[in-house]
Amino acid sequence: MTSVTVKMPGGGRISIPHFPIDMVNANERASSFTTRSIKKQSKMDALYLAIEMTDLTTLEGMDTPGKVKQLCAKGIHPVPQHLLKEVSKNYDFREIPSVAAICVYPSMVPHAVEALAGTGINIASVATAFPSGQLDMRMKIKEVEKCVKDGATEIDMVIDRGAFHQGRYQKVFDEIVAVKDACGDAHLKVILETGELKTYDNVRLASWMAMEAGADFIKTSTGKVSPAATMPVTLIMLQAIQDYYEETGKKIGMKPAGGIRTAKQAVHYLCMVNEVLGTDWLSPDLFRFGASALLNDLIKQIFKQQSGQYYYDDILSQD
Amino acid sequence: MTKKKATKKKATTKKKASTKKKAAKKVAKKTIKKKKVSAHKIKPGMVFEYDAAPESSAVVNIKPKYDLFIGNEWVKPESGKYINNENPATTESLGKFAVGNDKDVDKAVKAARKAYDGEWGKMSGKDRGKYLFRIARILQERAREFAVLETLDGGKPIKESRDVDIPLAAAHFFYNAGWADKLEYVYPGKDVKSIGVCGQIIPWNFPLLMAAWKIAPALACGNTIVLKPAEQTPLTALLLAEVCQEAGLPAGVVNIVTGEGPTGAALVAHKDVNKIAFTGSTDIGKLIAKNVARTNKKLTLELGGKSANIVFADAAIDQAIEGVINGIFFNQGHVCCAGSRLLVEESIHDVFVKKLKKRMSTLRVGDPMDKNTDIGAINHKEQFDKIKEMVAAAKKEGCDFYQPEVKVPRKGYYHAPCFFDNCSTSDSIVRDEVFGPVLSIMTFRTPEEAVAKANDTQYGLAAGVWSEKGSKVHQVAGALKAGIIWANTYNKFDPTSPFGGYKESGFGREGGRHGLLPYLEVK
Repeated sequence: MTSVTVKMPGGGRISIPHFPIDMVNANERASSFTTRSIKKQSKMDALYLAIEMTDLTTLEGMDTPGKVKQLCAKGIHPVPQHLLKEVSKNYDFREIPSVAAICVYPSMVPHAVEALAGTGINIASVATAFPSGQLDMRMKIKEVEKCVKDGATEIDMVIDRGAFHQGRYQKVFDEIVAVKDACGDAHLKVILETGELKTYDNVRLASWMAMEAGADFIKTSTGKVSPAATMPVTLIMLQAIQDYYEETGKKIGMKPAGGIRTAKQAVHYLCMVNEVLGTDWLSPDLFRFGASALLNDLIKQIFKQQSGQYYYDDILSQD
Repeated sequence: MTKKKATKKKATTKKKASTKKKAAKKVAKKTIKKKKVSAHKIKPGMVFEYDAAPESSAVVNIKPKYDLFIGNEWVKPESGKYINNENPATTESLGKFAVGNDKDVDKAVKAARKAYDGEWGKMSGKDRGKYLFRIARILQERAREFAVLETLDGGKPIKESRDVDIPLAAAHFFYNAGWADKLEYVYPGKDVKSIGVCGQIIPWNFPLLMAAWKIAPALACGNTIVLKPAEQTPLTALLLAEVCQEAGLPAGVVNIVTGEGPTGAALVAHKDVNKIAFTGSTDIGKLIAKNVARTNKKLTLELGGKSANIVFADAAIDQAIEGVINGIFFNQGHVCCAGSRLLVEESIHDVFVKKLKKRMSTLRVGDPMDKNTDIGAINHKEQFDKIKEMVAAAKKEGCDFYQPEVKVPRKGYYHAPCFFDNCSTSDSIVRDEVFGPVLSIMTFRTPEEAVAKANDTQYGLAAGVWSEKGSKVHQVAGALKAGIIWANTYNKFDPTSPFGGYKESGFGREGGRHGLLPYLEVK
């Protein structure tokens, strides 16, 4: 097996295996997770779990402090109080949990911090010249430091895809190491932008590289490039996480982002996580969904399971 | 500091407070009105349970008693004998079916001869094609019914009968329908003619699909048929008879005579049969070959196999695992081309076996009617006993045995998937066909050794090669003595692709242009 060798910051070299992936079979395997039938209770648990795994996201040029505050409010209490009172009469009602994190641009971090104060919800900031990553490395580090100083508890960085395609793997690796260093206590999610890496071989290589460089999570996409997260790409990354765990004993998290809009899709992803990595990964500490529209659908499906009927769309806030 | 403590206290006193304090630590200046709600009862380690999703058997109407299908009519057997048909998943009865004897076979052959000498033999290829297209479409329309029946009768997972058996059977009719009016182009420059009455004997592992493989090309070439389905799985062939009626096929073109061994023997022995096509075990195949040898019948045999799946170190490992699993556990291993010998390069043996074990533990064995089921019931009791016996013998031979702990229903014939590791080419589990969910694993060091080991068998039906290096795949595929070679995949079937074996796996090809030759005289 061929491999890529990179220098470690403290000296020494490590080799990152070029682990080949067969596209046809990988796609076939990934699609097999979409045909599972799940016990009602497990489905309910999965829907609740998916809410708690959600990184509720707004990444728009037109984001304002007001918009971020609204999103934070929704993240804390995804269901309006008056509605909660009504649905609490439903059979087998459980309180709707808050999301795992609010994901915003760096400039919005202070506003999110203010809105989420004391809630325990994480503040995830995208960084390193998101979404392109086309910026000088020192400035990327400065950006990360600022985000952390402002109160971001999670950093979602992008890798330098240009350098990756040039074969300058050392640069890609060094950047991740440096960002991890700048993160301090904050968790680091490394966005591979699989839609720009194109091949599954590249996705596998980049996943391994990110994990070796210190990623706490590996993440599929920025949401700005199509395709964003797909089942097969996520499968490749989950298998990389599994192999990395077998080799090092370290549990790395996974975050598919972009394109997951329905509760059904979320359950398919959880089925896949369960079968590939096992139940340890069925936790917000090791698995997240980067999404916005998904949240409302999860809630609607929960209400449907409990009451037997669908609520109309406008009953939930559309933030 | 005090403020921070107060925050903490407040948070913990409230019900189901979050354990995450990171954010709270850093920003605790504002008065707290809201807090994170963490309602989950699902902790790491939750069980993600699959629910039974049984397909309903209400779509099929199983008759208490099935007669023989001769000359487009249901005819009572001369012997008056009927035998019980069993559902292997539950051991419940699926009604009785007739046992045809030599007199019944004679009736069927006469009906086939009459049709051949009459309307069917004189019909143009274009018109024959119409009937085949019609049958294909009816198969698609009644696909659900066929899938359910196939699973009830044979114990295979509904997932497979629904997604593989029935669509492929229809595809074979469609494909061959297209050939019916283009036979002059099968062998350009040569004149081709139909043969006459074909006797076809099919196995129990893919009952409808094997019937389609045999019937479709025979009819496309203008022959008439007497088909003898396996005694373990006659139902879908009998439903196919209904389809032939529905399609308005002229009387006697397709005749179906159910029964056991002697019925098949009567068909082979009949003087007015022009060709025998047999798919089944090598032992019976040899017997048929002996009996046919003294006659002027044509013969094709598609027999057993002990196919090798060769995984090189430079393969896409995770996908090769899927291929190996599919290769041997598809249809409970009741596949003549099953990848029952895994040859894995020594340098990745340990990793590969570890991954294989992990993947096998996620396979679900159980009710074939459940859409989640990966491995259904063993087709019938005799086969079930044979598998158990061979596994027990192999354990004694000293190969390393592995079987994941999977729940298996108490009633019915179920065998959990398993493998034997560190086998050698002389072990009987490596040489003999098990026809069950049992894999044997050996290692090799070089491509030459892989080829030598793969070819070291009396069979030669199929093989799989797993490597991301194209040149190696071609080199190895060229050196393998097997009729079907898959590269980086396994058990993929298509009506355009010829299927058949080397050595004791038989002779003749089915599918594709080559599959027409056994049903044609070339002038």
